Amino acid sequence: MRYLPKSTAERREMLASIGASSIENLFASIPEAFRLQQSLRLPGPMSEQEIIDYFRARAAENSCGYTSFLGAGVYSHLRSVVTDSLIQRGEFLTSYTPYQAEISQGTLQAIFEFQTLMCELTGMEVANASMWDGSTATTEAVLMAERLTGRHRVVVARSLHPEYRQVLDTYTKNLGLQIHEVGFTSSGQADAERLEAAIDTQTAAVVVQSPNFFGVLEQVPQLAELAHNKGALLVVAIAEGVSLGAVRPPSEADIVAMEAQSFGLPPSYGGPYAGVIATRDKFVRQMPGRLAGETLDTEGRRGYVLTLATREQHIRREKATSNICTNQALCALAVTIHLCLLGKEGLQELAVQNLAKARFALAELEKIPGVQRAFSGPFFNEFVVELPRSVKMVNADLLKEKIIGPLPLGSHYADLTKRALFCVTETTSRAEIERMAAALREILSKPV
Amino acid sequence: MYPSDYRYTKEHEWIKVSGNTGTIGITDYAQHELGDVVFVELPAVGTVIKAGDVFGTVESVKAVSEIYAPVSGEVIEANASLANAPEIVNSDPHGAAWLIKIKLADPAEASSMMDAAAYQAFVSEKEASA
Repeated sequence: MRYLPKSTAERREMLASIGASSIENLFASIPEAFRLQQSLRLPGPMSEQEIIDYFRARAAENSCGYTSFLGAGVYSHLRSVVTDSLIQRGEFLTSYTPYQAEISQGTLQAIFEFQTLMCELTGMEVANASMWDGSTATTEAVLMAERLTGRHRVVVARSLHPEYRQVLDTYTKNLGLQIHEVGFTSSGQADAERLEAAIDTQTAAVVVQSPNFFGVLEQVPQLAELAHNKGALLVVAIAEGVSLGAVRPPSEADIVAMEAQSFGLPPSYGGPYAGVIATRDKFVRQMPGRLAGETLDTEGRRGYVLTLATREQHIRREKATSNICTNQALCALAVTIHLCLLGKEGLQELAVQNLAKARFALAELEKIPGVQRAFSGPFFNEFVVELPRSVKMVNADLLKEKIIGPLPLGSHYADLTKRALFCVTETTSRAEIERMAAALREILSKPV
Repeated sequence: MYPSDYRYTKEHEWIKVSGNTGTIGITDYAQHELGDVVFVELPAVGTVIKAGDVFGTVESVKAVSEIYAPVSGEVIEANASLANAPEIVNSDPHGAAWLIKIKLADPAEASSMMDAAAYQAFVSEKEASA
C-alpha cells in the first residue's frame, strides 16, 4: 500500500473512471452544512532548505545533558545503531501488514523469530506476532481469560501499573466485566491474603505485574496456585523485559502480557512500543492477533506462513477474537534485532548490571538522613524510598541540577505522597548516581 | 451423496433423529466450501442450545465458520475424536465427523426441515448460480 500524492492528470483520470466530473462533484452527496467551506489552516509549502532549518530549530529546543531516574513502565537502555540501520531498510520500513502473507517471507521470518524469542524469555509455549503495547496486551490477556473461562470477574493487584489499569477500565467499561482491585503489603507485593479472599468461582483472571509498579517481584508461583485453586487464570504483566535476564520467568502464569520497549525501542512520548502476549498451546485459539509459523514447501524447502490468522478482524469482522489487536511489526523487528545482538549472555550481563546499579543507588540514598527504603520485597532495577518531604518539591530542586528525579507515587496513589519510585539502569553511571545522592542530601538539609 | 434418513438446513448442517436423540454434523457441501478443516470447537456436555443458536465453530485454513443448531435440545455428547483429527470433517462429514449429540426438546421439530432430495436441489441451485 502506498501513500503518494496524485498529480492533477492522475486525479482527472481517476475521477473520469468513476464518472465524477470534479472533486466537488465526487463529494456532492455530503450535505453542504457538513462540508468545510474554507481551506485548511496549514502553513504554506517550504523549500527543502527551509524544512531542514525548521527541524534543526525544533531539535535545538530539546534539552540535553540531563540524568534521569524515571522508569515506571518505560526504560532507558543502551541501543545499538545496528538496530536502527536495519529496520530502516525499505523492505521493512515501508511495507504494510502482510494480508497476502506468504509473499512476504522476510517479514514472516522476522515475526517467527520474534515469537520464538518471546517464548524463550517468558517461559510460555506460544507468543503472538505482537500487540500495540504492554497496557493493551494486558487488557487483551484479561479478555482472553474471560473467553477461556466463561467468567466475568477479574481480580487486579493495585501494584499493576496504574496506567495499565486505566486502559483495562476503558476497554472493559461497557463489556460487563467486574473488576476487583486488591492492595499490597509492606513488602510492596500484592496482598496474597486479600487476593485469595477476592478470588471466587466467578473469577476469570488474577492480574499482577512482576516486577510490579514499585519494582518489586511478585511471588508468581504462590499467586498462580491461589488463582488455579478457584479455576481462575493467572495473567502476569511484565513492563521491564530486561528483568528476565536475571529473574526466573513467570512460567506458572497462564498468560504473560509484556511490554517489549526495553529491548531496543527508545523511550518516547507515547511510543511506538510493542506489546507481547504469550500463553500455553492449549489456549492458542483464544489468543488475539496472528501467529507466524515455519513449514516446508512442496519441494521441501523451509518457508514461513501465517499459521493462525483466521480469527482476525479482516476475516471475521465483528466476530473476530479482538478488533483492537494491531501488531507492531517494525517495533517487533527492532526488538528481535536488539535481542539477537545482545544474545543470552549479553542479556544476563545487562540484567546483572541493572541489579547492581539499583542496589548501589539505594545504598547511597539510605545514607541520607530521613530517607528510607519503603518496601521490603526483592526488586530489580526500580525501588521506592520514602522522603521526609514532598517528592514533587524535591524533584523541582533536582531539575535545577539537571537531574530528572524519581516518579512521585502520589500522582497515582493518593496514600503515597512522600514516596518516590527510582529507576536505575545500565545507562546511569556510578558518578551520576553519586551526584544525584549528593544533590538530594543538599536539598533535604535545607529548611523547606 | 446425502443420506436419505437425515434432515438438512440452509446453513448446511445435517441432523439424524433416532428416538429423542439428534446427531448433528455439517454437510459434504459445507466441508467442501470450507476447505481443509484444522480445528473444531464444540460446546460442553450439558449445554442447552436453541434452534438457530451458534453452538460451535469450524476453522479451516481460510476461515472460521459458525455452526448453527438445527433444533433445540441439551448436548449429551461432543465428538472428542475431532480434537486430534479435525480432518475427518473433510473425509467423512456425514459419518465419523458428527459434531454433537443432543437430547431433543421436541423430536418432531426436525421433520419440517429439508430432506435429502430437497437439500440436494438446494445445493445444486447454489452451485449453478455460483
